[in-house]
Amino acid sequence: MLAMFGYGFMVNALLAGGVVAATSALVGFMLVLRGQSFAGHALSHVGFTGATGAVLLGLPPLGGLVGASLLAGLLMGLLGERTARRDVAIGLVLATALGLGLLFLHFFTAYASQATALLFGNIFGIDRQTFWMLLLVCLCSAGGLALIGRPLLFASLHPELAEARGVSPRLFGTLFLLVVGLATAGCAQVVGVLLVFSLMVGPAAAALRVCATPRRALCVAVLFGVAQAWGGIVLAWFTDWPASFWITSLSAATFLLSCLPWRRWRASRPADLLPAR
Amino acid sequence: MTVAAPFSSASARPAEAVSGAAVPVATPAPAVMLDRLCLRLGGRTVLSDVSLRFDRDEFVGVLGPNGAGKTTLFRAILGLVKPAAGGIEVFGRPARRGQPSIGYMPQLRVLPAANLSGRATVASGLDGARWGVRWRDRGARAEVDRVLELVGAEALADRRLHEMSGGERQRLLLAQALLGQPSLLLLDEPLISLDPSRQDGVVALVRRLQRDLRLCVLFSAHELNPLLGAMDRVLYLGGGHAALGTVAEVVTGPSLSRLYGSPIDVVRLGERIFVMSGSREVGIDPHGPCAPGPGMPGSGSPDPRPAATGAAAARPR
Repeated sequence: MLAMFGYGFMVNALLAGGVVAATSALVGFMLVLRGQSFAGHALSHVGFTGATGAVLLGLPPLGGLVGASLLAGLLMGLLGERTARRDVAIGLVLATALGLGLLFLHFFTAYASQATALLFGNIFGIDRQTFWMLLLVCLCSAGGLALIGRPLLFASLHPELAEARGVSPRLFGTLFLLVVGLATAGCAQVVGVLLVFSLMVGPAAAALRVCATPRRALCVAVLFGVAQAWGGIVLAWFTDWPASFWITSLSAATFLLSCLPWRRWRASRPADLLPAR
Repeated sequence: MTVAAPFSSASARPAEAVSGAAVPVATPAPAVMLDRLCLRLGGRTVLSDVSLRFDRDEFVGVLGPNGAGKTTLFRAILGLVKPAAGGIEVFGRPARRGQPSIGYMPQLRVLPAANLSGRATVASGLDGARWGVRWRDRGARAEVDRVLELVGAEALADRRLHEMSGGERQRLLLAQALLGQPSLLLLDEPLISLDPSRQDGVVALVRRLQRDLRLCVLFSAHELNPLLGAMDRVLYLGGGHAALGTVAEVVTGPSLSRLYGSPIDVVRLGERIFVMSGSREVGIDPHGPCAPGPGMPGSGSPDPRPAATGAAAARPR
């Protein structure tokens, strides 16, 4: 069991997986709260186009991933809150981006495995240098989220009220999508662009079912996310099955478990608005 | 308190704005003052040349059919809609966004994060305008407890939104509007989708808060009757015009006919009042959003009459 820590790729995988899972869980919490999970999914697909485009130009794929996700996040934010939640528009962008990525791959035929790695992740291929890059990306993402935390939560829960208090929902929506873009790029390195959902949305959605305050939900989401990532990596070590498969399965299992009635059913009190006088 | 505010179909008497502005300096500025205000929304004139003032410490019911400009007026007071002409002062200062002296309760909508607790939902508004994250903070907790207690919603603090009824969620939104001790409350249609007994409860609660905290409350509603016992004054909006005064002054056939520019009958039945346009009741509005009644200008008409002609100039149709 401990033998796996003797391998550099294993240590890198665990480090990268932990950092990325924690960041994704934090960002995913807001994504779920704002009902924008699908937008996060779409951002990762745009990241795929960026990565393949970068490979075509001879640049590191992570750079293309980050650049494209950021750009897409910015555009989506500028198009406005409503657009960023409209599934038809998002779905179109998603499909177009994937198609474009495919075209880039077609021109760059040398690496067939590159596509699989981008689409489904290749966590055991992460070297120490990539890990430092990932750490930087994740720190920027989490730091950005911390910076906009309060106004973003306010604007998400009460847009009209926030606007009246001088908090622009559009500004913070856009800043948030930039943060999501960064987190997606990191996430795609671990589980691949197609499966970003499982680390981004899964832990947060499960945590929100179990916890009722933002603070607790954030902590539990990070706990779930890191547990899934590490669990998936360790299971992959023992079974030799892909880590992404295990991570997505654990994510789904966690969510299903969270749907069980954990909280004791509280008899709903009479919905009286005022005590009778 | 409201003596100084006679019935003012403001558009009919624009001169009143001048006298209104010349209040002696010693008296504190009114909660809200509209000075020859014109509001446009998407090319449609919602209010034209309206001058009036709301005092500190009064409960004003804001009535009128859908599209009459109730929400737009609130948004203008909040600084979210720029006046097309004229001005708005809030406690003596021009209206601007982020005014801490205003508490606002938007119309009830679907809340996105129904998994969160009542306390978390209210608390998000506490310091939502500041960057960063909030760490554990006793002052914040005490303030949230204070507003929850004010509206009698302590029991809702630890329940999740999706476990609450519409009325309970509304009480939380009312609590949130009280964060930061505002002196002016704008409540946009708090009675919508509540059954009559709950409506009375909300009105009584708001009235009690208004009196205890000495607030100016603008309370918009579709229907006059639930507010009858609680209001100090009533503001009727319609056809780009406004009429402000006590119920006895404003809710009369002649004055509402002048406001809407079509014959309106006011029928009093015991303690209830029915405002009828032809055979239909105004405000109940069963025929879609912009159908205040046959022959009534206003919501349907893109271009209200010029104010100078006076409200009495009824348009034949």
